[in-house]
Amino acid sequence: MEHLSPEYHLFGLTGNTSTLMMLAITTLIVFLIAYFSTRNLKLKPTGMQNFMEWIMDFVKGIIKSNMDWKTGGSFHILGITLLLFIFVANVLGLPFAIIYNDYLWWKSPTADPTVTMTLAAMIIIMTNYYGIKAKGFKGYISDFAKPLPFLAPLKVIEEFANTLTLGLRLYGNIYAGEVLLALIAGLATSSMFGFVGAIIPALAWQGFSIFIGGIQSFIFVMLTMVYMAHKVSDDH
Amino acid sequence: MSFDYLALGAGGSGFNTLDIFATLFFFIVLMVLLKKFAWGPLMGIMNEREQLVASEIEAAENSRLESQKLLDEQRELLKQARTEALAIVENAKKQGDVSREEIMTTAREEATRLKESAVREIETEKARAIAAVREEVVSLSVLAASKVLEKEVTEEDNRALIEATIAKAGEAK
Repeated sequence: MEHLSPEYHLFGLTGNTSTLMMLAITTLIVFLIAYFSTRNLKLKPTGMQNFMEWIMDFVKGIIKSNMDWKTGGSFHILGITLLLFIFVANVLGLPFAIIYNDYLWWKSPTADPTVTMTLAAMIIIMTNYYGIKAKGFKGYISDFAKPLPFLAPLKVIEEFANTLTLGLRLYGNIYAGEVLLALIAGLATSSMFGFVGAIIPALAWQGFSIFIGGIQSFIFVMLTMVYMAHKVSDDH
Repeated sequence: MSFDYLALGAGGSGFNTLDIFATLFFFIVLMVLLKKFAWGPLMGIMNEREQLVASEIEAAENSRLESQKLLDEQRELLKQARTEALAIVENAKKQGDVSREEIMTTAREEATRLKESAVREIETEKARAIAAVREEVVSLSVLAASKVLEKEVTEEDNRALIEATIAKAGEAK
């Protein structure tokens, strides 16, 4: 049951082909969902438009609970895209894992630490960037000396800790979910008896994984906005 | 069962630098595309709806005020009309009283006048009748006297004759 990762090489760098493919599929699915649910926009919303508007209001609520809408409004699109992208990515690995010639092809892209850490680092870098943009370089630096100047090293460490926790939390949850699913699937394929015994745990765990996928995407967006608010708002 | 494959970066060899770029690329492309094709229009329509609702509320408020104003106006007009009607009725009543009085006065005067003229006529008639009777009496007296003179009669005969004549005259009258 050893799984290998398919690889590709470009400019002397290595990449995981499966991750690349799954990222592309996630992007495509999110885009298609969003694209087709926002055709025929009406003032009286129906069907998918309602759903999309609910998501927008949901993210708006997350942002509003962290900062005022005047500063937070510009992160609305980032928030919605993150939420949908991470949710779809989390759920994608649930129905099956495709292993071909010992290579694992189909999985959640968020079950790859490189992907989650990249997203986390992107978010933390963005918060710092917008922090400088909102307060100026001086204000941004002086924020590190708050609330007490000698805590500044801790504040620097905090930035890295935030990156790590943000990325690894997502990765850990999704990867663990996939591992457990793989174990259950292994049980199911071992024998007739094992198959019968695996039905209920598989159903339960898949349902729970959908829940986790939703919760984790929500947490990711929530923390993004919390960190953003720390950097951008004055009263924190 | 081996759990080796559960290790971090399962099955991978080394650090996949390209995955970082792939993730960033796909995420940013997705965000840009969605902003253009999905979120932009959706936010547009939501703003539009917000404005529509706001303007509708404002319009409703305006029309409410307008109708309130009209209602007040109508009420005022109604009040005015009622007052006017009352005044008209009052006026008419007064007018009626005046004309009744006038008519009655006129009628009374007319009646008095008629009565007076009737009385006067009766007087005249009476005077004329008396005159006529007197004339008749005189002529009868003359006739009777002449008859008396024509016939030599006694005192009794004379009287009887005069009385008979007078009775005849009364019969004839």
